[in-house]
Amino acid sequence: MPKVKLPRKSTIVDMTAMCDVAFLLLTFFILATKQKPPEVLAVKTPTSVSATAAPDESILITMTKEGKVFLMLGDKTKKAKIIDDFNTTRGLQLTPNELAKLKKMEFIGLPVNKLKSALNMDHEIPAAEQDGIPTDSTNNELSMWMRSVTNAYAGGDQSVLQKMLLVKGDGEALYPIFKSVKEAFKQNELFKFRIVTEGENVPVGSELFKTGTDASKKH
Amino acid sequence: MAEMDVSSGGSHKKGPGVKKSKKLSTRVDLTPMVDLGFLLITFFVFTTTMSQNTAMAMNEPKDDKEKQMKVKNSGAMTILLGKGNQVYYYYGQLMPETISEEFKSTTFKGIRKLILEKLKSTNIDDLMYIIKSDDQSTFKNAIDILDEMAICTVPPGHYAEVPMVEVEKMLIKETEKANGIQ
Repeated sequence: MPKVKLPRKSTIVDMTAMCDVAFLLLTFFILATKQKPPEVLAVKTPTSVSATAAPDESILITMTKEGKVFLMLGDKTKKAKIIDDFNTTRGLQLTPNELAKLKKMEFIGLPVNKLKSALNMDHEIPAAEQDGIPTDSTNNELSMWMRSVTNAYAGGDQSVLQKMLLVKGDGEALYPIFKSVKEAFKQNELFKFRIVTEGENVPVGSELFKTGTDASKKH
Repeated sequence: MAEMDVSSGGSHKKGPGVKKSKKLSTRVDLTPMVDLGFLLITFFVFTTTMSQNTAMAMNEPKDDKEKQMKVKNSGAMTILLGKGNQVYYYYGQLMPETISEEFKSTTFKGIRKLILEKLKSTNIDDLMYIIKSDDQSTFKNAIDILDEMAICTVPPGHYAEVPMVEVEKMLIKETEKANGIQ
């Protein structure tokens, strides 16, 4: 029998190149996509079929499960103006130090009477311990904050403010809180706003599904 | 899998007292590292693009216009949201005589069919869904019913949120009692 010696070739593949490509892709995705900032308040929003994306910078009113209302002034250009306006119209008489500290705070969740003392404390009160902005009909402080917000945006294009107004509520929050937030908006003639929801696929076979358009076009 | 290529062919016994030269390969198999790399990529691709929060637009009517709105009984469907994700509804106006039959309860799954039926069987000009929320209902219920309006392609302007009246609150309480505390 003839001796056929099959040349034995190595079956080991050098994976270095593949590894380089993988890490390059990984770096690209980490840098190119924006990471969401960690949520200060854990809120589980309800779902909706709306497809319009929520804006990044917004005047955000958050309603927690317990019924507390927090205000986040996300528009950096107007934040200082809004806080100054609130200080003067409500007669809070905050010192420049306290004002500066308030402007640095990420969110506002205290009633007016507790604001001054909280600003003088060294440490920040965690969100869970804050009372939230009062929204009952006799003392709707949220309405006062929204007045300052409308004052800050006055004279400009009102649609800018409309696009900025966002309401984010926990699914378990009770309806009266939402009603009082709507009341605060109504008292300041803010009739158009948006609600942050989690995306949900249009149910298969429903009317909306059959039309083939997404809900954003209907609203 | 990782392979140890003992290139020098094992230990040579050169002689007593001489050190054995074991040349071990420095080759590392990178397959698992690549797997991890791709796993991480997939993670980032999925978590940073798919979980974008969506915004649902809300249009609140001005108060004075609401009170003047006249709705035809034949085109009206009132949907009430109670606690425990309960949904109640009735058509037209509640008449004291027929109250026990007219006031029905359902769940969110059932309401979609009913909304659609009403949509198809009513003239668009007369159509109006009146949404009333109980103080014990949740924010999620309110958003879900507005979502149902969008899913059933009810044109905006044909549904409105209105406060509840005493009669309805009482009816809800009685229905809850009859069905067991929910």
